[in-house]
Amino acid sequence: MSLLPLGEKVRMRGISYPMAIDKQLDSLELMINVGPQHPATHGVFRMVVWIDGERIVDVEPHIGYLHRGTEKLCEGEQYSQIITLFDRLDYVANFNNELVVCMAAEKLMGTEVPERAQYIRTILCELNRIASHMLFYGTFALDAGAMTPVMYAFRERERIQSLFEATSGARLMHNYFRIGGVRQDAPDDFAQRITTLLEPVKETIAEADRLITFNEAFLARTRDVGTIDGNTAVALGLTGPSLRASGVEYDVRRTEPYLLYDRLDFIVPTGDRGDCWDRFWVRIREMEESVRMVEQCLQQMQSGPIMAPTRRIARPPKGEVYAHAENPRGDLGVYLVSSGADRPYRLKVRPPSFCNLMSMKHMMRNAYMADAIMILGSLDIVLGEVDR
Amino acid sequence: MLSQALAELNPKMSAALDEVVVTVERDALLQAALKLRDDPGLSFNYLMCLSVVDYEDRFEVVYHLRSLAKAHRFALKVSLPYDDPRISSVISVWPGADWHEREGHDLFGVVFEGHPNLSPLLLYDGFEGYPGRKSYPFNDYQEW
Repeated sequence: MSLLPLGEKVRMRGISYPMAIDKQLDSLELMINVGPQHPATHGVFRMVVWIDGERIVDVEPHIGYLHRGTEKLCEGEQYSQIITLFDRLDYVANFNNELVVCMAAEKLMGTEVPERAQYIRTILCELNRIASHMLFYGTFALDAGAMTPVMYAFRERERIQSLFEATSGARLMHNYFRIGGVRQDAPDDFAQRITTLLEPVKETIAEADRLITFNEAFLARTRDVGTIDGNTAVALGLTGPSLRASGVEYDVRRTEPYLLYDRLDFIVPTGDRGDCWDRFWVRIREMEESVRMVEQCLQQMQSGPIMAPTRRIARPPKGEVYAHAENPRGDLGVYLVSSGADRPYRLKVRPPSFCNLMSMKHMMRNAYMADAIMILGSLDIVLGEVDR
Repeated sequence: MLSQALAELNPKMSAALDEVVVTVERDALLQAALKLRDDPGLSFNYLMCLSVVDYEDRFEVVYHLRSLAKAHRFALKVSLPYDDPRISSVISVWPGADWHEREGHDLFGVVFEGHPNLSPLLLYDGFEGYPGRKSYPFNDYQEW
C-alpha cells in the first residue's frame, strides 16, 4: 500500500517532506476542510487536509472549539468543587477522570483511602473503561460503514450506566469520588447487579469478534492503515491502547500500580503493527481484561468504611505533586501545585486525547482521504478533554 | 546518577514528596534535555507533561519525564523571569512537546524559541492577553 518516496523534497507551508506521488502525472493539490460540525470527527474538531489525488499530503488539526478554561476555573474552586469540573473533561470516562484529581490531592495530603472505597473505585473505573471502549467499538464500526454494532454497543453501555446511576445517582457526570473515599456506600445489591450485567457484556465482547474484528471488509479498511512504530509513538507522546497497539507495553496500571491493581491478575494486550486494526483489537481485548478485573474485585471486596477521616474542606499542604492514571484513552496526568489554601494554586491536566491527537498528523501522511476518518476514529478522541 | 550526568550544567536538586526535582538554568535546558534522552543509563524518552506555572514574580516551566525502558521518572524545572519569558523549545528532543508548548504560549505568553509554529491553539486568532496568568481578571470575558 505504501508508495515509495521519490526523494523529491518539496517545500510548502514551511514544511519539507518527501513527495510520495508520481510527479509524472499532472496533479493538483487540493485543500479540504473537515469539520468542525461533522459526525465523523466525534465532536467539535476541525482539520484541514491537503490532498493530491486521493492521497493526503499534509493535515493540520484545529482544536479549541470547546475550550472552557478548566485549568483556570480550578484555581477559583475548592477541591471538592473541582471534581465536577473533571467529570466534564473526558465525558465518556467520568470516573477515571474524577479519580486522578482525588489521587493528586490525597497524595499531597498523605490520606490513606479505606480498602472498600478503593475496591468501589477500581470496579467503577474498570466498568467505565468497558463503557468507553463500547462506545469506541460502536462508533469505529460506524466510521467503517457498519451500522449494526453501534446498537449493540450502546445497549451494553446503557446497562453499565444504569449501574452507575444506582451507585452515584447520575448516568453521566457522577461527582461520586471524594478526596479520601467515595460519597456514599455502594447499594446492597451492588455485586449481584454487576454479576448480572457482566453476562450480556461478555457475550457482546465475544460477538464483536465474530461480527467486526475478523470481518473481511473491516480488515480491508483497517489493516496497515495509519501505522506508527513504537519509538515514534513514544516520542510523540502517544499513550493508552493506541500506544500498546504499536507493541509498547506501557500501562500505568502495571508500571506504577495505583488503587488495587497490584492485587489483580490481568494482562496488558499489545499489538504488533500499530495500525488501525491493532488499535481496535487492543481495545476489545482490554474490555475482556476489565471484566476479569471487576470479577476479581467483587470476590475480594469486604465491607468496611468508605471514607477516610478528612476535614470537611480539604487543604493540602504547600507543595506539588504529579499524579497519573490509566484512562481508557491513555495516560491522564494532573500536576497540582498547592499553596496550602483550600483551592489549588495551579492545576495542569495532561489529557491523553490531546497528546494522541498530535500523532495523528504522522499517521495520516500518505494515507487515503477515506482512511483519514478511520485513523481519527481509531485514536478514540474526546474533544472535551482535548480542549479542556 | 542524575546529578552525575548533569554535573557540568550546575543543577539544583530537591524533592517533592517521592519525586526528584532538578532545576537547571534556561541556557542549559537543551543540553540537559539531550543528555537526559540519550544517556543510556537515563534514557528519558517520554515527556509526560509540560506545564507552565505563574508564580507572579517568575514563571516555572516543568517537564515531567519518564523512561519507559528504565521505568523511572523525575521533574525538570526551569525558572524564567516574569518580564522576559523566553525559553528554548524542546521539540527537537521530544516531538510530543509541540502542542504543550503552543498551549504555554497561548495561555501564559511564554515564548518557546525554535518552535516552528506558535500560532494560537486553544484560543482563537486575535485573542488579547494571556488568560492563564494570575494577573488576568478571573471573571472577565471577551465577546467574539
